[in-house]
Amino acid sequence: MSKGKFGIHGGQFVPETLMNAVNELEEAYNHYKNDPEFIKELDVLMKEYAGRPSELYYAEKMTKDLGGAKIYLKREDLNHTGSHKINNVLGQVLLAKKMGKKRVIAETGAGQHGVATATAAAFMDMECDVYMGKVDTDRQALNVYRMRLLGARVHPITTGTQTLKDAVNEALREWTARVEDTHYVLGSVMGPHPFPTIVRDFQSVIGKEVKQQILEKEGKLPDVVMACVGGGSNAMGIFYDFINDKEVKLIGCEAAGLGVDNPKNAATVANGSLGIFHGMKSYFCQDKYGQIAPVYSISAGLDYPGIGPEHANLHDTGRAEYVPVTDEEAVSAFEYLSRTEGIIPAIESSHAVAYAMKIAPKMSKDQVMVINLSGRGDKDVAAIARYRGEDIHE
Amino acid sequence: MSKIKDAFKNGKAFIPFITAGDPNLDVTKELILAMDKSGADIIEIGIPFSDPVAEGIVIQQADERALSAGTTTDKIFDMVKEVSPQCNCALAFMTYINPIYVYGVDKFMENCSKCGVSAVIVPDVPFEEKSELAPACEKFGIDLISLIAPTSKDRIETIAKEAQGFLYCVSSMGVTGVRSEITTNIGEMIETVKKVSDIPCAVGFGISTPKQAEDMAKYADGVIVGSAIVKIVAQYGENSVQPVSEYVKSMKDAIR
Repeated sequence: MSKGKFGIHGGQFVPETLMNAVNELEEAYNHYKNDPEFIKELDVLMKEYAGRPSELYYAEKMTKDLGGAKIYLKREDLNHTGSHKINNVLGQVLLAKKMGKKRVIAETGAGQHGVATATAAAFMDMECDVYMGKVDTDRQALNVYRMRLLGARVHPITTGTQTLKDAVNEALREWTARVEDTHYVLGSVMGPHPFPTIVRDFQSVIGKEVKQQILEKEGKLPDVVMACVGGGSNAMGIFYDFINDKEVKLIGCEAAGLGVDNPKNAATVANGSLGIFHGMKSYFCQDKYGQIAPVYSISAGLDYPGIGPEHANLHDTGRAEYVPVTDEEAVSAFEYLSRTEGIIPAIESSHAVAYAMKIAPKMSKDQVMVINLSGRGDKDVAAIARYRGEDIHE
Repeated sequence: MSKIKDAFKNGKAFIPFITAGDPNLDVTKELILAMDKSGADIIEIGIPFSDPVAEGIVIQQADERALSAGTTTDKIFDMVKEVSPQCNCALAFMTYINPIYVYGVDKFMENCSKCGVSAVIVPDVPFEEKSELAPACEKFGIDLISLIAPTSKDRIETIAKEAQGFLYCVSSMGVTGVRSEITTNIGEMIETVKKVSDIPCAVGFGISTPKQAEDMAKYADGVIVGSAIVKIVAQYGENSVQPVSEYVKSMKDAIR
């Protein structure tokens, strides 16, 4: 029987070699998620190591400038390692440790998930190998050095499009080769069951905190919650606690690269179709023969041809809306937030900021919007300078 | 009895693999005919996929070459339709779930049946997910080949009980590719299968030399070789028909 379904999406489409590993992981997770000691240990790590809870910041200047809805930023960029990725990684590496694994492997696009995994591996005494497309090791060179500094081995991948999708392929291959002592720390709400559920649960702390914080500050739920979506972990993390609050509108912002009508984009819901890849049934950018498309986005973290299965289902049921945002719009938002609020957002998160800039002015002043600022933009500064024609190299 | 099971009647079966369209479909057609004459019992024809996660670098690159040469699923069906009436051996497709799913599972299996393909091997569809393909396979009389791996342990019996055609025994951890030695206890794996089923067992992954094939054939009913042949095709390109035939003959002789 197929497991881990979200509507028609999800499942466990992996080679037989990995089936016992994903089954063991599911069993271990179901045990430890209810284990008071595990919960307590993770709680301490989240507070004292990652710096949770993260602030919910009222962006007053941005709100006044746009002249519409009241805008709050969920400051995941202030977490240790600079993004929401640490939430999932602390949970999974602690789980791997309890399972007796000695080594963790991870894929990474922008490098944020790789850095978070290398960090957790360093302090929990695990061996760590990170797989990263060659295009991404070039455009995120600083994060590559950061991972090596933390003791991880970084493997640049030169097959296929040399980006996130190829990094996932290689991590899956490596896991197949060495599964006994190795846990694959998948970085998003994707892949075979139980990963979409595990990653969503560990990231759902974001939405739980937002709910409490916004009730304290505003005395009501937000009208709109929005986030950028590649695989979709930060979006799933902030959406999850609001799914049953039907009055809260959920918006995911996809990377449209040079535009949805240009082949160089990564907008899966806008341009994709139903398929089965990387362990899951979901939507993918692909051709009519099921060959996965070589997608593109300025943001390495969103440069992925698929979307997590729970998002695919939220799209099918109409509970969440997914909208495309171009490179140019994201870069403008990156610059805008830097100047207006003194906060440099990750280019990934800038996609959500860009769409907020479009819709906030059309909303009324008593409406409230929360944007998940999933990561900080230090890693992107050199790339954005180059995008604007300044020859800066790290 | 299916054409696949028949393939195990002439002693131990030799099952070569090639990627369709590498270097082009005309050469693929010649390779199929030549391997059939040289003693192949089943030929596994790979439908190239952009992201073959169960393959090592040799077959990954063959898939890339085939796709850049403009190979598509429809062109492969056309080629196989021409070649299958001239073959004595059985033909099987090896590909991933996405090319089949997006093509349309029913349409894909119907075309297999029309073009003389007897079985499909889909490494990213494990036992738990086989209902994606099984109804269409049943409807059009195509064997859905099951795989077992060194990590399968208590899953072996469950999988073997429902297996069709032959059981693909993965010899090693990791992806496809030539290995200097195979450390898995293949004998034990196959013994477990035979307790619950009389299905023929063929071993694949890592086998390249006649000596390795001979060793595997002591326990198994058949031997599958992919990367070693794809390497010859990569080296000789359009002139690979003769060296591939010689290789297939030497392997079949080793396990006869």
